[in-house]
Amino acid sequence: MIRIENVSVEFDQRRALSDIDLTLSEKRIGIVGANGSGKSTFVRLLNGLQAATSGRVLVDDLDAAKDGRKLRRHVGFVFQNPDNQIVYPVVEEDIAFGLKALKLPKDEATRRIDEILARYDLSDFKTHPSHLLSGGQKQLLAISGVLVMAPRYIVFDEPTTLLDLRNRNRVARAIAELDQTVITVSHDLDLIADYDRILAFEDGKVVLDGEPSDVLPKYREMMA
Amino acid sequence: MIAGLYIDGTSALHRAAAGAKILAMIALGTGVFLIPDWPVVAFVLATVVLLYPVSGFGPRIIWAQIKPILWLLVIFFAVQMWLNDWQAAVLVVTRIAAIVMFASLVTLTTKTSDLLAALERAMLPLRPIGVNPEKVSLAISMVLRFIPVIATVASEIRDAQRARGLDRSIVAMVVPLIIRTLKMADDVADAIDARSFD
Repeated sequence: MIRIENVSVEFDQRRALSDIDLTLSEKRIGIVGANGSGKSTFVRLLNGLQAATSGRVLVDDLDAAKDGRKLRRHVGFVFQNPDNQIVYPVVEEDIAFGLKALKLPKDEATRRIDEILARYDLSDFKTHPSHLLSGGQKQLLAISGVLVMAPRYIVFDEPTTLLDLRNRNRVARAIAELDQTVITVSHDLDLIADYDRILAFEDGKVVLDGEPSDVLPKYREMMA
Repeated sequence: MIAGLYIDGTSALHRAAAGAKILAMIALGTGVFLIPDWPVVAFVLATVVLLYPVSGFGPRIIWAQIKPILWLLVIFFAVQMWLNDWQAAVLVVTRIAAIVMFASLVTLTTKTSDLLAALERAMLPLRPIGVNPEKVSLAISMVLRFIPVIATVASEIRDAQRARGLDRSIVAMVVPLIIRTLKMADDVADAIDARSFD
């Protein structure tokens, strides 16, 4: 369970988030909002990439302010542009990067890497240069790099924005099949239409909160 | 300059320890600069090129390694011809070609992770004076990773500026490239943090 207790975030005296107080216990949570509404700042709080100016962020009793390192292993983060997330030049090496922090025995690390590559049909690309993958494959590699660390939660920040329709559908299926709790920021409302809960942000505040059937029509109206 | 990264194989060079290959690279790099005779350096270059087929690589891969530095070799050759003589020109060009071809062969036959692990081990004695081998190794891997990414960004910017008729403006090319690269650096730093790198 995630607890956001009266959290505000300020950048250079500008409020990006104002007094957010929420409990998130659903398995699928969608976050929507216009650019600059605070949604990305909000999700960056969840794995400690962003510190709260005031208030407290708790993820399964891990305090973001105190347990940053543990929190990052507990909450995976997939960014919009996989090119900025893939740090090693070869596919299997990039997946292995996150495992270094876990200090797993070599056999276990190899097993996890092979399993995740097979899961996303990337086994044939194991020793392939990562920059030569397609956009969809790169995003699946970015997801693999996070999943291999077996996090309890995964945050996706606009994961399909840069993809064509086929790759968008492929990544959407991959996200839908995850066992983890998923928090997805997206402008692609179809991607989160069957989620359990949707939060809509505006000017650093949650202005809509509820089931997709209730929130999404109002959000569409709000953005018209 | 390194055209090709690792290509799977079972040759003796593929099986050789990464540390030994790095040492051989240092030895060859130093050796060719100590040898003053062009025929000997040319022999070294020919031996390096011969190692390609022995390691399972054909002419296409050999050409891919030398092609990116061909213009540089031509310039060096011309400058040496102008300043010295043809023997000096051949010596300089064969030295550079031998080093680049061998360095490329090492990267083609060694996984980046093995190379970096060997470098990390070699740098361990430097830890007491404040060198963090893991961070140095990550920095090297990121250079290898982001050269093609930045080349793609540069190509996108060149196309965009060409479409606006600014294809002759260096400022129109360099300024957005620097801005995008700095923004990318911020995002990459976040991604590394998010993946628990300490």
